[in-house]
Amino acid sequence: MKEADHHQDAIIATNLRKTFADIVAVDSISFSVKRGEIFGLLGPNGAGKTTTARMLTGVISPDGGNAAIFGYDIVHTPIRAKQRCGVVPETANAYSDLSAWQNLMLMGELYGVPKHYAEERAKTLLGALGLLERKDQKVQGFSKGMKQRLILAMALLHEPDLLFLDEPTSGLDVQSTQLITGMLRELNDGGTTIFLTTHNMEEANRLCNRVAIMRKGEIAAIDSPERLKMAIERLHTIEVSFDPAGTDDKLASLPGIKSARREGDKWMITTEDVDSTIHAICAFGVEHQLKIEVLRTLAPTLDEAFLRVTEGGSYEP
Amino acid sequence: MSPEHIIEQAKRAFAIAKKDIRIYYAKGPVVIFGLFMPLFLFLAFAAGNRGLSMPFLISGLLAMTVFFTATAVSPVIQPWEAQARTLERLIACPITMKTLIAGDMFASVLFGIGIAIVPLGIGLILGIIPIHPLLLIAGIILASICFSSLGLLLSTPATNVPSNIMMLSSLLKFPLIFISGVFIPVEQLPFVGQVLAVCSPLTYFTDIARYCIMGTNTFPLPVNFAALTVFSVLFTALAVRLHARTVSRRI
Repeated sequence: MKEADHHQDAIIATNLRKTFADIVAVDSISFSVKRGEIFGLLGPNGAGKTTTARMLTGVISPDGGNAAIFGYDIVHTPIRAKQRCGVVPETANAYSDLSAWQNLMLMGELYGVPKHYAEERAKTLLGALGLLERKDQKVQGFSKGMKQRLILAMALLHEPDLLFLDEPTSGLDVQSTQLITGMLRELNDGGTTIFLTTHNMEEANRLCNRVAIMRKGEIAAIDSPERLKMAIERLHTIEVSFDPAGTDDKLASLPGIKSARREGDKWMITTEDVDSTIHAICAFGVEHQLKIEVLRTLAPTLDEAFLRVTEGGSYEP
Repeated sequence: MSPEHIIEQAKRAFAIAKKDIRIYYAKGPVVIFGLFMPLFLFLAFAAGNRGLSMPFLISGLLAMTVFFTATAVSPVIQPWEAQARTLERLIACPITMKTLIAGDMFASVLFGIGIAIVPLGIGLILGIIPIHPLLLIAGIILASICFSSLGLLLSTPATNVPSNIMMLSSLLKFPLIFISGVFIPVEQLPFVGQVLAVCSPLTYFTDIARYCIMGTNTFPLPVNFAALTVFSVLFTALAVRLHARTVSRRI
């Protein structure tokens, strides 16, 4: 099913814009997703995430700009672009009057997958997603988690190079969430590029190589989760404790340290340069024959970064 | 083969038709509007018969059944898909709008052709045997295509409520029954009625059915076939264009 090509970028969006009546849902956004990347699109409700995903998957047409999937323009060559993608839309359903197997076979036919191969692949996917025993049952009897796993299987039947997922684990039980995120990791290890929109910061933090945060139709920040977390806070906190505990206040005079205060048996140190401060603390410990018991950086969480950016805070990569 | 190739897209249209047949044929509104409605209209008219012959009534029943049935499935498939939230998944697949419309139309055409067996069977039981069976089959196929495309045109308003489309489609279908020579021969209609009859695709199929069953016709046979062909092409082209424009508003 794979088509050989030399495009390094799975997605290139350039000045992508969509309006609904007077409302600008997506305001001329540009970004690219590299082949093999897991890219997360984050943002509050109404930020334009789903509209962006729908434009990239060819479900709705952009009013301006363009997007290419492995070099195929989604407006001018939509069939070739869509053939390379698997899609798990946010609100979509499998056909509830059909069985899980019939739904998968339908997808096989719609993506031009040879029947014998589609059958083999359907068995493998249903087995991996814990649905093989229910394959001949109508989908209307499935739980939400089972339906979502089936929709993922439907999106993967033709072995897409790029997988779009819109809120794939929203409202699911822990078992289904773990099955889906586990499978996403495996797919990515096998070379599948993943484009994920989510509200779940923890999911984005754990899965994504890079994330973009959308705010009012624009991309407010785009970077790796770690860099994003670090970049929104110029002053970082380092927690350290020594044995013996009675270290004197010389710690506060180390280069790069903005402040150091004692909290119980620990020191809370603020700095602009985490790397050089950690080196200085280690050297301080060696010099004063102190054993470091705890040393950790208290970086902001992705939730904090998300809130800061979506509330209008500045972001400088 | 490229996914854009016409044969590949035709295979995908067939997959859509197969799905439609599996899912939508047994739906209540389709059975009620497609089968029971024309049957009850026929019985009501037959009971109050003003001396019209049974072949006249059977040819009218045939025209009405094919018309009602072919336009019963096609208008409601997309609103149903949108309501069941399966439409977005379908549109994200590598198929064109033409493929999607062709698939829905094919399912509807098969339903129209299949249902024609019922009035023809009733006719055979009553001893009415078509004089030109091959022409009749050709007429039924062409009429099913034409009425299915009309049905798809009726479903273009961007609503996700199938009953809204059913209402709109009934508003058009019932008047057409009375101006298309189904119960009253076109020649007996007032002048305004005759002008309107010319604008109705049902008129031409009713005329074909009359010719094939009774041997009488109002319009020349080539005109009937040409009119149905022109209506089919027009309705299909408009349906593809309008669905492409409105589909994003359904999602």
